[in-house]
Amino acid sequence: MMNNEALKSKIQALASDTEFVETGQYLTASVPYRKIHAICKGLKEGADTAFDYLFNLTGIDYLEKNQMAVIYHLESTEFHHIVVLKAIIPTRENPEIESLCDLYAGANFHEREVYDFFGINFKNHPDMRRMFLDEISDNIGHPFRKDYVDEVNIIER
Amino acid sequence: MSFSIYDFTAFNQAIDQWLRSVMSPGWALITELTIIGLVFLLFYALVGLVLVYAERKVCAFMQCRVGPNRVGPYGIFQTIADFIKLLMKELVTIRKADKFLFTLAPFIVIIASFMAIATIPFGKGLHAIDFNIGIFYLLAVSSLGVIGILLAGWSSNNKYSLIGAMRSGAQIVSYELSVGLSLLTPCIFIGTLQFSGIVEAQANGWLIFTGHIPVVIAFVIYMIAATAETNRGPFDLAEAESELTAGFHTEYSGIKFAFFFLAEYMNMFIVASIAATVFWGGWMPFHISGMDGFNHVMDFIPPFFWFLGKTIVIIFLMMWFKWTFPRLRIDQILTLEWKYLLPINLVNILITAFIVLMGWHFVK
Amino acid sequence: MTDTKTPYLEQQEYTINMGPQHPSTHGVLRFVVSLKGETVDKVEPHLGYIHRGIEKMSEKMTYPQIVHLTDRLDYLSAHINNHALCMTIEKALGVEVPERVQYIRTIMDELNRIASHQLWWCAFGMDMGALTCYFYGLRDREKILDIFEESCGSRLLHSYYCPGGLMKDIHPNFKQRVKDFLTYFRKKLPEYDTLLTGNIIMQERTKKIGLMTKEDAVSFGFTGPAGRGSGFSCDVRKHHPYAAYDKVKFTEPLYTEGDTFSRYKVRMDEMWESMNIIEQLIDNIPDGDYQAKMKAVIKLPEGEYMQRVEAARGEFSVFIVSTGDKSPYRIKFRSPNYCNLGAVHHLSKGFKIADLIAIGGSLDLVIPDMDR
Repeated sequence: MMNNEALKSKIQALASDTEFVETGQYLTASVPYRKIHAICKGLKEGADTAFDYLFNLTGIDYLEKNQMAVIYHLESTEFHHIVVLKAIIPTRENPEIESLCDLYAGANFHEREVYDFFGINFKNHPDMRRMFLDEISDNIGHPFRKDYVDEVNIIER
Repeated sequence: MSFSIYDFTAFNQAIDQWLRSVMSPGWALITELTIIGLVFLLFYALVGLVLVYAERKVCAFMQCRVGPNRVGPYGIFQTIADFIKLLMKELVTIRKADKFLFTLAPFIVIIASFMAIATIPFGKGLHAIDFNIGIFYLLAVSSLGVIGILLAGWSSNNKYSLIGAMRSGAQIVSYELSVGLSLLTPCIFIGTLQFSGIVEAQANGWLIFTGHIPVVIAFVIYMIAATAETNRGPFDLAEAESELTAGFHTEYSGIKFAFFFLAEYMNMFIVASIAATVFWGGWMPFHISGMDGFNHVMDFIPPFFWFLGKTIVIIFLMMWFKWTFPRLRIDQILTLEWKYLLPINLVNILITAFIVLMGWHFVK
Repeated sequence: MTDTKTPYLEQQEYTINMGPQHPSTHGVLRFVVSLKGETVDKVEPHLGYIHRGIEKMSEKMTYPQIVHLTDRLDYLSAHINNHALCMTIEKALGVEVPERVQYIRTIMDELNRIASHQLWWCAFGMDMGALTCYFYGLRDREKILDIFEESCGSRLLHSYYCPGGLMKDIHPNFKQRVKDFLTYFRKKLPEYDTLLTGNIIMQERTKKIGLMTKEDAVSFGFTGPAGRGSGFSCDVRKHHPYAAYDKVKFTEPLYTEGDTFSRYKVRMDEMWESMNIIEQLIDNIPDGDYQAKMKAVIKLPEGEYMQRVEAARGEFSVFIVSTGDKSPYRIKFRSPNYCNLGAVHHLSKGFKIADLIAIGGSLDLVIPDMDR
């Protein structure tokens, strides 16, 4: 079981420009989004980190800062330590990030959902399609974005 | 006319003589055949109604609920209400289906079961046709039902019906073998294929008691194979696979569907009555040698009720199977037949033949 | 003379649609199954038939209102889902809920788990063709639903928990009725084994069907009883205890075969374990308040919060990103069924169509949880 300091140094070694937030529940690392695959690979294959269980993948739309983010919650089944990786994509037009499908098979469905709702494209995903909204209409857009407007179905209070 | 509820032969001969005296022999024959046909039609319909109601009630009691109890006292008119509903449904015609075969298929299934029921002895003298090759005829005729099922699947012009019909056909054809071979074992013991001969030979005790282990094995195999023959119980993949492939009778509606439905219950009755006849003594009462008083009491009950009682017990057993066990997969069904039942059957027949040759049995 | 050999006739690959209305998928789920002969080659689920946009809706609702929406996710573990959200809010605000609330929440969660597994057992038996199982399971489940109705006010979608505690205190009869239920069900559960578990047909249809190794289970995020059937020890109650789970002794059933039968056995064992947990707690419910003091308008401080619970089907977690407002900026429900569904293709490739039904039944999928 590694404590926060050890985890921080491990992640720093994989990507030097990470920022850490330790005030929350878990150690949160804001990693550069271009290196997310390399970082996760390093964390998964490292013998003393062994983060083999991805238990949550969330997409967030930060409208004011004009950013999108993907948050990964990783746990190790061997050591039971948890780390949260936050990959911020600095653009809201055609955001792209690497897919983690080859590392975690469960990421497949999670990433399809994020693509469906936010429009973040995951490169090297084996099956990049919409998950829930594919049969509604052709130009449904990406509803979870903060600037999504739909006069018919969404009632603003 | 002498009418004895214990022996119908005299009654039958009396009617026969009266008819011959009134009209020419040819017409008398035709009249007799018509009467027998009508009686059987009535019997068929009645048994179908009763069995459907019985199944619903038995199934309900096994599942801790009550079953139909609104239509009539204890719900006894439920099946009639269902039947009227089916009569009033629209007969959907499929555009590219082969119309003649589509309409013919349910009739073939019913005709096959009619032909089978004609040979069964319901009581002493209550026997439509008494061939000297009774069992052989029965096996031959009951195989005709498969044609109806395959025709139904083919003529529906539906990929899934065809697959369902093929599966059902494969299952039925495989289990025909087991049914036939397991029915041969008692015949080897008794020495005749004639139904009345088989029943008479069990006058001193039912074959399942006097035939010992080979006959018990044959009975068990017969029950398994007969349940599979009628697409019931744990072998109902063809119908309940309405999960994916929808079974051969998907495209049927209204009265044609009612025919398939009825034919299934009649087949169950026929199969049970054959088991009762061949293994459990037919209309012979239950005798224990040596206890004459008991035997006299048993003789008091008419043979027809003995036959019916035994058939009802076996039908209850088949219903019990259906509502308890999960379903087998199609490859497991065929494996069971070809790898297990068939070899056991063949070995059983060899043993029976050996026993008969050596004279180690108690049945003449 | 050409060089090419005549290729073998390829078996025709055709697709079959197990459409949104289907007796065995237990919800509106569409599987497009591509077959090679009789064996399954590819299973592709199509979701979205009951997508209600709960996460997006929650961005406009206050936190107590969202509790009612979490019921509607996996409605068979409604209490447990409520628990996750209430716990997230309470931990974010730093509110300490009274002991009494923790005990009652644990007991209600475990009763809900038993009820959910009873319904799973009914439906599994029915899918296999043993239709009587359905009625036996439902008959026993009614007893739990009666207990819920008395204390929580409704049978299925309770919304009994609220941030800070419970909506109302338990009914005075609650303790006695739970104890009666435990004595009753301890006698009935062996009947389930007699009817279905020991049946040779059932065992033939479930053993060695739908295999999943432990590494694959971890990689897929395959949690809950399904994951424990593959040896993946993922019980949140054990690894990250919450409520009163650190005060009770219970074992986590683990089987290593990874087939449908071991997933079945895990759920049967879990019912026994849940009864043990309830028995340890039911007599010791401490007195006290049933609700902690909360402000009238709940506003979470800025930050990201996550709590995980063990729902009846796997690990359910709530992730809230808050900007200090009375509605969350982003709320994400990590649903166990969605992650388990991701493995259906892996589980059923190479098996027959009839096995797909068995595998789907052993995963115990509830579709509203997937679609949210």
